[in-house]
Amino acid sequence: MATAVNQPPSPPPPPPRARRAGSSWWYLLLLVPFVGTLWPPFYAKATPRLGGFPFFYWYQFLMVLVGVAVTVVVYLATTRRRAGR
Amino acid sequence: MNINGVALSVFIFFFLLVTVLGFVAARWRRADLRHLNEWGLGGRSFGTVITWFLLGGDLYTAYTFVAVPALVFGTGAPGMFALPYTIIVYPLVFLIMPRLWSVAHRHQYVTPSDFVRGRYGSPGLALAVALTGILATMPYIALQLVGIQVVLQAMGISGSGVARDLPLFLAFAILAVYTYQSGLRAPALIAFVKDALIYITVLVAIFYIPHKLGGWSHIFGAAQATLPHRAKPASLILTPKQYVSYSTLALGSALALFMYPHSITGVLSARDRNVVRRNAAILPAYSFLLGLIALLGYMAIAAGVKTSNANQAVPLLFNLTFPSWFRGFAFAAVAIGALVPAAIMSIAAANLFTRNVYREFFRPDATPAEEAGVARLVSLVVKLGALAFILLVKQDFAIQFQLLGGVWVLQTFPAIVLGLYTRWFHRWALLCGWAVGMASGTWMAATQHFKQSTVPFNLFGIKFTAYAALAAFVLNLLVAMVLTPLFNAMRAPSGSDETTPPDYEVEAAPPIRVGTGEPSL
Repeated sequence: MATAVNQPPSPPPPPPRARRAGSSWWYLLLLVPFVGTLWPPFYAKATPRLGGFPFFYWYQFLMVLVGVAVTVVVYLATTRRRAGR
Repeated sequence: MNINGVALSVFIFFFLLVTVLGFVAARWRRADLRHLNEWGLGGRSFGTVITWFLLGGDLYTAYTFVAVPALVFGTGAPGMFALPYTIIVYPLVFLIMPRLWSVAHRHQYVTPSDFVRGRYGSPGLALAVALTGILATMPYIALQLVGIQVVLQAMGISGSGVARDLPLFLAFAILAVYTYQSGLRAPALIAFVKDALIYITVLVAIFYIPHKLGGWSHIFGAAQATLPHRAKPASLILTPKQYVSYSTLALGSALALFMYPHSITGVLSARDRNVVRRNAAILPAYSFLLGLIALLGYMAIAAGVKTSNANQAVPLLFNLTFPSWFRGFAFAAVAIGALVPAAIMSIAAANLFTRNVYREFFRPDATPAEEAGVARLVSLVVKLGALAFILLVKQDFAIQFQLLGGVWVLQTFPAIVLGLYTRWFHRWALLCGWAVGMASGTWMAATQHFKQSTVPFNLFGIKFTAYAALAAFVLNLLVAMVLTPLFNAMRAPSGSDETTPPDYEVEAAPPIRVGTGEPSL
């Protein structure tokens, strides 16, 4: 399928803005992965171990999952309005 | 050296497979490739799945797969900074990149510099951003060749002079031709194969090798016993002296990653804004993978790998533990892992040159067809340059240059990202900030003889070691903030802004008309 995007000389009038009041508070959740990883003294430890992994290692893998969870939650919370599309 | 026939055959099979895909890609989602939008951005048509494979294939390069475990093999805990780095990068992408996608879609920007040009009405600032991007990308492409070299070497392909470099030369020549032919569609299609091979390799490695070596406890135990005896004593757990460099490396690298032209090319090729947002949520699957890959460094220690070249650690581990056919599979994964990013990087550099140097300063009325022609040629030149770089200059130099590239590319953050949110900054102040960031970052790296990108600081008596890129970035920001009111007070012309606030929120693609008339970019 040919999908050449043609651009008229001046941009068409913008579609209505989709921002909803209150929804931006959800974005604060995105701070969690930063707080959880950028302060190494908190997790630079050998114990408790998990399945042979020192804490330093399994904690950071856990933070990957936390990061995903947080981003998915924020995505869903800020996209819900268009779910019926 | 003895060459294993089975491993080599499997390797060559996959290499031929992706070569065919690379050429077939020209017909995939067929469109007129004599248009920069199509050749250089895949027609901005990629959905969630393709974008996920493309960005994953783009960001996690062969060199990453070789260098991260090599770092862990050699230095222990500090090498794990790849994890926090790729954990925090996606919340940033989630916040920032949808805005860039929207404004770029609305104004048909092909490169980040196009945006800077439109936002600040400043070809000069756009040129600074473009040249920084090209400069940072070049050594990165060269390092992909290092990735290929490492696996060729591990397969026993050696020799002297021309014979040694011939396979590398061939691989890159083929890559150059199908990229020329198919543009961004080639790496997008090949990325499916690349990522599948990588996922399979790592999953097998992560279950099979620990089983063979006696479990994770044993692997970490072996690392703990061996690391303190490295030439530069290392440890399994981060030490207090390493805290600041660990987190500044993670933060600085995360801020820089999506300033690389090839990352932005991947983002702008998405079909709509939600594809970008959704990908920020699902891309961390690769972070998990990268963390596991890092641990291959410890497995190499536990398996008794001894090498003076840490980059060889993982290939040697595979040689020790995998049967020959799977070795060929794993090495193909790494080599193909080099082709995808190398293709996208050369396309991104070509787009930058075409739009922000050639069109801006030499041919303001270039037609889209002419742009595509120039971009195709430049993509060839860029790859040849990278090849010459690796074959003629010492490999160490490419690695040092790439470290420096990371420092440089972060200095484009204020112009690009802050510009997505505010027009408060004066364009000249941003340019001055950029210059200060580039100069100070380069100087800081020079004090370390370009061997590492973390440098010691002594601020008000507090001594610490931090990532030079982040330190230079702070200076960059300070200069831009101080000079902005100054330039405004001097009534320096602030340039026109062709964007409006709603442009940054545009949700979906406007109706796409099928190839009629003269498409303009």
